[in-house]
Amino acid sequence: MKAVYLDNNATTRISDEVKEVMLPFLSDYYGNPSSMHTFGGKVHRHIENAREQVATLINAKPEEIIFTSCGTESDNTAIMSSLESAPHKRHIITTRVEHPAVLNFCKAMSRKGYTVTFLSVDKQGRLNPGELQSAITEDTAVVSIMYANNENGVIFPIDEISEIVKSKGVMFHTDAVQAVGKIPVDVKKLPADIISISGHKMHAAKGVGALYVKRGTRFSPYIIGGHQEKGRRAGTENVASIIGFGKACEIAKDHVAAGHSKVKELRDRLEEGLLKTCPDAIINGHVGSRLPNTSNMSFEYVEGEAILLRLNEFNICASSGSACTSGSLEPSHVLRAMGVPFTAIHGSVRFSLSRYTSGKEIDLVLKKLPGIIKELRELSPYGREVRKGK
Amino acid sequence: MWEYTDKVKELFLHPKNVGKIEEPDATGEVGSIVCGDALKLTLKIDKETNKIIDAKFQTFGCASAIASSTALTEIIKGKTLDEALEVTNNDIADFLGGLPREKMHCSVMGREALEAAVADYRGETPPEIEEGKLVCECFGISDEKIRRAIRENNIHTVEDVTNFTKAGGGCGSCIPEIENILQEVGAKTKIKETKKPKKKLTNIQKIALIQEVIQKEIRPLLQADGGDLELVDVEGNRVIVSLRGMCMGCLMSDVTVKNIEKKLRELVSKDLAVEVE
Repeated sequence: MKAVYLDNNATTRISDEVKEVMLPFLSDYYGNPSSMHTFGGKVHRHIENAREQVATLINAKPEEIIFTSCGTESDNTAIMSSLESAPHKRHIITTRVEHPAVLNFCKAMSRKGYTVTFLSVDKQGRLNPGELQSAITEDTAVVSIMYANNENGVIFPIDEISEIVKSKGVMFHTDAVQAVGKIPVDVKKLPADIISISGHKMHAAKGVGALYVKRGTRFSPYIIGGHQEKGRRAGTENVASIIGFGKACEIAKDHVAAGHSKVKELRDRLEEGLLKTCPDAIINGHVGSRLPNTSNMSFEYVEGEAILLRLNEFNICASSGSACTSGSLEPSHVLRAMGVPFTAIHGSVRFSLSRYTSGKEIDLVLKKLPGIIKELRELSPYGREVRKGK
Repeated sequence: MWEYTDKVKELFLHPKNVGKIEEPDATGEVGSIVCGDALKLTLKIDKETNKIIDAKFQTFGCASAIASSTALTEIIKGKTLDEALEVTNNDIADFLGGLPREKMHCSVMGREALEAAVADYRGETPPEIEEGKLVCECFGISDEKIRRAIRENNIHTVEDVTNFTKAGGGCGSCIPEIENILQEVGAKTKIKETKKPKKKLTNIQKIALIQEVIQKEIRPLLQADGGDLELVDVEGNRVIVSLRGMCMGCLMSDVTVKNIEKKLRELVSKDLAVEVE
């Protein structure tokens, strides 16, 4: 049975076109792009082509793109470089809902003597730009705020946020791993200094990411060694993945321009259907400003891991912010920051679609999930009683 | 993805004994929706024989919590209350062919629900509610509950305390306190275990016991500070050791040696003297 894959914010399938352009570099063209001979030199040209493709997607110049190994490396590098370029400043501003690549890096920095301000979000996962404004001080070295949230899909007003940060002359980084390839990101309209991008979230292979570093921004490399990426990121290039990443960006451009309308339509159909058929279900995240592919819903009085494993029986792949799936014992930090009610916080399920998602797949979820929720509620000591009391 | 056994998967997908007994003789409720798992157990008890005639559960939680609930009810049906109270969380885990370490707290929850139900039937207060000081505020876990889990499951690490009780798995601010409890319980059980054969040790037994105390009691403490120690020889009552790592040349090494001696005298023989090679 083919998987009904609705976990595209975790990772995506490599598109056929991407795989196609990668294959020669996994077999025939294995040369090192740094080599002097033509055999390696040819590979170098393909990497530069990929750099141009990535740059075009966000309206940047090719020389502003640095290839990395993943989104996490991009995030770590961006913050570290920003801190190093302002060595006398000891304050970092970020949010409570960042991806662990930023959140835990900032926490690690706080153990090294930095002060970190974690901005809060409201019940719908929205940031208050006023809070950011008053958090910036003379001592602030960098502000790192994500473009769109991986768990609930909420898009932050990054234009407004970066205007505020830049008006105070502070370095601004945005983790745009979930945004680039899904919604328009245009660096000409966005005064961000550094932006993180990841390949495998947009139908390229795992193991490749990128950093946009605005021309003129002070940058210190995180990985030090050879002269690759003009000395800004050492290490022999992950050639095939980089070339595939370029292709993925080229393809994504058209889908972004079309507003991912089919994906959004399917996502909305899924949510409407589930709200109708499952009592005590809520949508987590501000519906007015969300990624077109992401839906985060809570089913009260049931636990998320149980829902996922029941869905798994039908080969439906989703994810959850429940404690049992998080690897820790607490539910998702994003849902906690939003103050999702305790009856709902353990019962969250995230569906994240892609352009490969079909209407039939959505229909299968709509057919199976209401029964699963009902059965699990019958198992639960809260299922019937709480609703009777309501 | 958790590595669940087929038995866990089967009992999660097709749970047995689900529901609530009407007019139950005993009810045991543990956990809460806030903590992410909760179990309500209802029992029908034969008043003459004190046998559990029927058991049903309602569980809010993950696959292993639901499977553990089925396991519990299957195990205790037909047992007398006293027999049922002998059931440990390990029996529940064994019934399921094992649980992932991180999920052992689900089996502990099963045993607690049973104890709560029996206490309810007998009109007693469950032991963990009765006494103990709150250690983990995130999950409401008392020191008594932690001590018991450590003793019953032979736990040596904070990580396992969290796996079995959830304590320390939230904000983590109680981890130092859990460490203290671990040391305290560890020391107590060691003394109990080692006191018995203390009367007359043969030379070989004595050396083996010294070796064991050094291995289990002394080295972990030294290693925590970057030091270490090696047993070189035992001549009569002279224990010759060699200090390693940070202990070498440490200004406090005299004090360390005195402490080692104290520990060995306490746990092996009061005539021992420790010397550094």
